[in-house]
Amino acid sequence: MSGRRRSGKPKVAVFKFASCDGCQLSLLDAEEELLGVAEAIDIAFFPEASRRMLKGPYDIGIVEGSITTPNDVEHIREIRKSCGALITIGACATAGGIQALRNWKDIKDFIRIVYTSPEYISTLDRSLPIGSFVHVDFELRGCPINKYQLIEVINAFLHKRKPNIHTHSVCVDCKLKGNVCVMVAHGTPCLGPVTQSGCGAICPAYNRGCYGCYGPMESPNTSALAGQFSELGETRRDISLAFRGFNAYAEAFRRESEAHEK
Amino acid sequence: MDTTLKLKINNLPQLFAALQSRGYTTVGPTLRDEAIVYDRIDSADELPIGWTDEQAPATYRLKKRDDNAYFGFNATPQSWKRYLYPPQRKLFSIKKNGKSLELLEEKDSNVKYAFIGVRSCELNAIMVQDKVFNSNEYKDDSYNSIRKNLFIAAVNCTQAGETCFCVSMKTGPKARSSFDLALTEVLTENEHYFVVEIGSENGASIMAQVDAAAVNENEIEEADKIIRQTESTMKRSMETADLPELLSENLEHPHWDEVAKRCLTCGNCTMVCPTCFCSTVEDVTDLAGQNAERFRRWDSCFTMDFSKVAGGSFRISPKSRYRQWLTHKLSSWVEQFGTSGCVGCGRCITWCPVGIDITAEVQAIRGVETQSEGSFGQQKGV
Repeated sequence: MSGRRRSGKPKVAVFKFASCDGCQLSLLDAEEELLGVAEAIDIAFFPEASRRMLKGPYDIGIVEGSITTPNDVEHIREIRKSCGALITIGACATAGGIQALRNWKDIKDFIRIVYTSPEYISTLDRSLPIGSFVHVDFELRGCPINKYQLIEVINAFLHKRKPNIHTHSVCVDCKLKGNVCVMVAHGTPCLGPVTQSGCGAICPAYNRGCYGCYGPMESPNTSALAGQFSELGETRRDISLAFRGFNAYAEAFRRESEAHEK
Repeated sequence: MDTTLKLKINNLPQLFAALQSRGYTTVGPTLRDEAIVYDRIDSADELPIGWTDEQAPATYRLKKRDDNAYFGFNATPQSWKRYLYPPQRKLFSIKKNGKSLELLEEKDSNVKYAFIGVRSCELNAIMVQDKVFNSNEYKDDSYNSIRKNLFIAAVNCTQAGETCFCVSMKTGPKARSSFDLALTEVLTENEHYFVVEIGSENGASIMAQVDAAAVNENEIEEADKIIRQTESTMKRSMETADLPELLSENLEHPHWDEVAKRCLTCGNCTMVCPTCFCSTVEDVTDLAGQNAERFRRWDSCFTMDFSKVAGGSFRISPKSRYRQWLTHKLSSWVEQFGTSGCVGCGRCITWCPVGIDITAEVQAIRGVETQSEGSFGQQKGV
């Protein structure tokens, strides 16, 4: 690790793959905390924020986006080598993102339809999370991530403590907040019971069902929940689509969405 | 002063005023998000007048009544637990001063709550939590600081909810003790009043500030009749005879696997349970590393972190987590606290998103056990 910390502060790099940039922007969106973050870490490489782009190695690499091209595969392997700890952020980096919807189709059909010269396109047949290619030290979920959770992860890393990131259901957060359960009281289908907390149970607080933005919780019983959706009058197609959102390719959601296809 | 009084409905606001004049923050049922929830309410107008709820496993619906009853509903989505034992509480802060550390303890609350509308099952739940947080060995200062100032205006249940089973748990529907006041709402064609039973000196002193009349025999009988009717119309029940032994001797019963197929391990049952008391402790630091804070936060035996030790969680299977909850609540709780952890409020049944019914699960274990005692007898102690 010697030679990395010129300023005595950990050198942090932010990288991007296939994604909308929303997650890395949440670091800049941290506003009140941003100065504190900048005091505590040396942002050495963050092209979206600064032209100053220092070379590695880095103490922490924060990675957004999914792997979709052969070039991405090489790039992420190099990044892994240059980073002490690798933290992936957002549904794209941790589950393949919304673009993983292509994983159920033939990529050649898309290329033919979209591009006039398909021969120039070099892409993988699936959109996959970073963890499918390299070892990841911490996966921070969400579409987008919660900026306070990102600061918490950085903070925990700085002080060598466990980050307070919970892997239980969204329901726990609803109950802590005092939300009335939208599924039980209103009959609104909600993915909260099988979804990892982290957003602060925003949708149920506004009387909407959870969309599953934070992916499967630690022990998701998706089939039991799907059974309840069916009781509430949801069709097989509705159920399949409910699980096919931003975290569609996360194992538990993928299996459940496929179980209700056709 | 009489121990039982008649409080006309129009004088109910005086009870709020009397409590507030003594510095109480009044908390009671009110409408929010298509449900009747407990919240801070400043006047009787904020009560869910003319509203009720219809409950069933995994279903709660707010409905209009055809009368103007003030307390004509059953268990709310959450209990009073969140006031006595808040979901999250800071325990202390640590500040770095050069090389030394300064510990700043969090002051205990001096809030004075008056709970208006505590049901008998909930009153029993508070007594259960008293045993947990105010035992001889362990005293929870935070809980006790709020509890000692608490004023309880109980309300006897005038109807049985679909998921209620307090009668079988011997915890209701009539509040028997540990209240300051206990109200029974009587609504006839000609009259609307409460029969108020005084349970403490504090209760008597509050009632002295309220216009209440003497109550006659007929009115007391009318109130009792309503409660007896609640009792006789309660459909759900849990057979408690030998229950602690039944469960502790059936830890490998095949029914646990059957429940696990339905259980979401979401933790809702533990959060809504008025007696569940588990918490976790979390430390946070500021980015500069100069200040740290420790928080206590509700936890649940359904989360993986709950059983996490060096090497990982030891209750990985949903089966083991559901079994832990049920056997603690109904079996080992008795050994630990000398009482069942269940008061029959039915919240875990209504608010389980897939409607797992604690009474039915107990019955299934009881039923199958009786039928094939021999084969399970061999598995005991596994």
